[in-house]
Amino acid sequence: MRVTFTVNGRQASADDVWEGESLLYVLRERLGLPGSKNACEQGECGSCTVRLDGVPVCSCLVAAGQAQGREVTTVEGLAGPEGELSTVQQAFVDAGAVQCGFCTPGLLVAADELLERNPEPSDGDIREALSGNLCRCTGYEKILDAVRLAAARTEGAV
Amino acid sequence: MSTAEQNRAAEGGRTPTGVARGLTQGATGTRGGIGESTLRPDGVLKVTGEFAYSSDLWHEDMLWGHTLRSTVAHARIVSIDTAEALATPGVYAVLTYDDLPTEVRHYGLEIRDTPVLAHGKVRHHGEPVALVAADHPETARRAAAKIRVVYEELPVVTDEASATAPGAVLVHEDRDDHHSGHVPHPNIVHRQPIVRGDADAAARRADVVVRGEYVFGMQDQAFLGPESGLAVPAEDGGVDLYVATQWLHSDLRQIAPVLGLPEKKVRMTLSGVGGAFGGREDLSMQIHGCLLALRTGKPVKIVYNRFESFFGHVHRHPAKLTYEHGATREGKLTHVRCRIVLDGGAYASSSPAVVGNAASLGVGPYVVDDVDIEALALYTNNPPCGAMRGFGAVQACFAYEAQMDKVAAELGMDPVEFRQRNAMEQGAVMPTGQVVDSPAPVAELLRRVKAMPLPPERQWETTEGADVRALPGGLSNTTHGEGVVRGIGYAVGIKNVGFSEGFDDYSTARVRIEAINGEAVATVHTAMAEVGQGGVTVHAQIARSELGVTQVTINPADTQVGSAGSTSASRQTYMTGGAVKNTCEAVREKVLAIGRRKFGTYHPAWATAELLLEDGHVVTDGGEKLAPIAEVLEDEAVDLELEFRHRPTQPFDLRTGQGNGHVQYSFAAHRAVVEVDTELGLVKVVELACAQDVGKALNPLSVAGQIQGGSTQGLGVAVMEEIVVDPVTAKVRNPSFTDYLIPTILDTPSMPLDILELADEHAPYGLRGIGEAPTLSSTPAVLAAIRQATGLELNRTPVRPEHLTGS
Ligand code: FES
Ligand code: FES
Repeated sequence: MRVTFTVNGRQASADDVWEGESLLYVLRERLGLPGSKNACEQGECGSCTVRLDGVPVCSCLVAAGQAQGREVTTVEGLAGPEGELSTVQQAFVDAGAVQCGFCTPGLLVAADELLERNPEPSDGDIREALSGNLCRCTGYEKILDAVRLAAARTEGAV
Repeated sequence: MSTAEQNRAAEGGRTPTGVARGLTQGATGTRGGIGESTLRPDGVLKVTGEFAYSSDLWHEDMLWGHTLRSTVAHARIVSIDTAEALATPGVYAVLTYDDLPTEVRHYGLEIRDTPVLAHGKVRHHGEPVALVAADHPETARRAAAKIRVVYEELPVVTDEASATAPGAVLVHEDRDDHHSGHVPHPNIVHRQPIVRGDADAAARRADVVVRGEYVFGMQDQAFLGPESGLAVPAEDGGVDLYVATQWLHSDLRQIAPVLGLPEKKVRMTLSGVGGAFGGREDLSMQIHGCLLALRTGKPVKIVYNRFESFFGHVHRHPAKLTYEHGATREGKLTHVRCRIVLDGGAYASSSPAVVGNAASLGVGPYVVDDVDIEALALYTNNPPCGAMRGFGAVQACFAYEAQMDKVAAELGMDPVEFRQRNAMEQGAVMPTGQVVDSPAPVAELLRRVKAMPLPPERQWETTEGADVRALPGGLSNTTHGEGVVRGIGYAVGIKNVGFSEGFDDYSTARVRIEAINGEAVATVHTAMAEVGQGGVTVHAQIARSELGVTQVTINPADTQVGSAGSTSASRQTYMTGGAVKNTCEAVREKVLAIGRRKFGTYHPAWATAELLLEDGHVVTDGGEKLAPIAEVLEDEAVDLELEFRHRPTQPFDLRTGQGNGHVQYSFAAHRAVVEVDTELGLVKVVELACAQDVGKALNPLSVAGQIQGGSTQGLGVAVMEEIVVDPVTAKVRNPSFTDYLIPTILDTPSMPLDILELADEHAPYGLRGIGEAPTLSSTPAVLAAIRQATGLELNRTPVRPEHLTGS
């Protein structure tokens, strides 16, 4: 089948998609957007997190056909048009929140959505919002630092 | 083909996309040398999604490989019928043992006992039996399901009793490896006793004697990036392999003979690695991918999913540990006797070295003159076990620290004070007879971790009532503080750094300096596997400090340069960092020689002063600038590749365990604060504080990340992580992240750190390998805290709710 949807603001389509393919597979293998990751492909790790019409979802659990005509945002869509890092991306780099980085794309999409919804999250709010995203390297301390930093910088800019 | 695919194909052509590129880092706002928290050179790529992991590799006409694995733990293979799989449209090849191209059909890190594909027999659940290559991953999977394998099941051995019982089936029937001659039973991979002093006589002096039996569950590395890689057949009959691994050259040594190719025709390049923690030290898809690529003449990509990943790599050895500690009334240890039985599973992997570690570090960072230690690893039909962060020292630390608490309780002494009275210092003698000849601030680390402020009582209370996220049970909303009891526990551990027991452990670095557009720039090329630890960051820092440059390019790791050894054993900053430093020093001497040749007659300082490279210039030790490096070099480049070795070590005596077996020791101490819902048996770790001596923090931000990450893996195995193997069938019951739990951000507490820097004069910059020590003591600290909260004995890890409620 053919699937057409908007990815990071641009129309994209993929042909010969097998019905069982996930949105994650189509993004990674058919649309050349491997930024969303595949750590479990069973909805447990959040490394594949994208936004579907604004809502964070595990793209490994979304059948590609379900994305037909909808809007998808992936980690590749977070930076600005000239490639400038978004506040939350820059904060992850600066705070040391990235080690192997395999969890990072999913965490960034989730953190970005949190800060949009709740610009001044408490630590508890951050933990709750990111509790679906596993990281095996960092112990999460620097990830918390990064989200706090992004929130503070956003507030400072307002 | 979609537009993106066309784009990618056009840009990719015959070369795959997703291949590692060099990382160039210029001005960082500061000098960017050692000791600074310089940011990762791959950080921006990683936050934009552009960093290419091994699972992101892509080639225009690639096939997908899939591995058929055994559904039973121990069986004779009666027949394998591949006809139907091969006839499936889209399938290009199906391979079994009979298709292997040479007589070398086994591999292994130390003992080549692991079949590339099962031959006549499978020895554990999930062993690779056949391979399929097809044009879509799902086609490959479905074709593999059509391969008919008839098994005739054999009895399984699963623990020491069954493995060494009279008439026990032998996991490997005709062993002739270098351990087979000295082990008491063919189902024992390796056994290492360590005997020092006279434990029997010392036991008679003891006022208290405490015994305990401990069980350590099987832990998984659970790195997030699944095993994956791309093998591309080359025109010269060789193969280019892009893969995530911990040690390229060790892989190469195992792969090439199976393929029947000289090593120079197997060109390996490190792909982006999504964590490792020991789980990538053994081969996974490497040989399989190459076999399929060479057979089909097409590039082949293999990516495990999480289910397969649980079968695709070795795990941490589960262990049974029996300890006896004695002490005098004054709180001095008299002796330790212990026996550590590690389950190595069906293949040897790194079991012998894990045994050496468990034995030699088996009493912990304490002074005990009279010891009687025995450690061994079994061959069983359980999943193979090998390297995981902490490597044998983790299991021992869990047990000896529980013992230290028990002895302290028996003596009525504070557990921290009891540890401090017995803590080793520089100059102490290990049970192996080795003198610890660098700082060993064990008592000081305990003092520091104890001195940190405690989190407030009833930390879950807010002005709006209880924040359930801060309570045991979390968002399940099981308590608002009722039945919740706090406990505090301490632990300290000792880990060796680097490869031990006489292994020729070295690393290679190639460094180039040249002038580009009037600026001196450096390039560093090593085969070090960057797995997330930040080696690429410190290599650039070292080059800046040693060569006085700003811009440094880190070339992709590959086998075109000499071995860097493994990214394991806390060794890479010491070893490959040391190699980069060492080569930079030699490069500097060459640059200075060129300078003396060109400018020596103009200024006497060229001949007389101690010269350095700083801030783009040749400078005297007094700080006088003699010439810009770029002017010294002009269009000459200096390019050197050199090996670096640590001090040699010795094997442990097979009977007494004596020998200077280790290179360096690393120490960390933890304090855990837990809150336990005693009615439901739910645990919340509220805080996990750590004090660690790092010798010299080359990058303080990365050091903190290593300590916090390691501490969290220790927390995981304390309260949730365990691969459950059915004791009757030896089959794995929980190969998924649904059933094998690792800590989430809600399970992980705040982790304050106190970092000590006492230089080790034998190590580059005085640094100490740091990656593993924090994984040791965090588990026993959490256990000690839960014991204090509940009053329960808790002799196994992980602790489950039923252990706390008794139901
Ligand atoms: S890959 Fe989708 S949740 Fe893990
Ligand atoms: S940085 Fe490796 S999993 Fe998070």
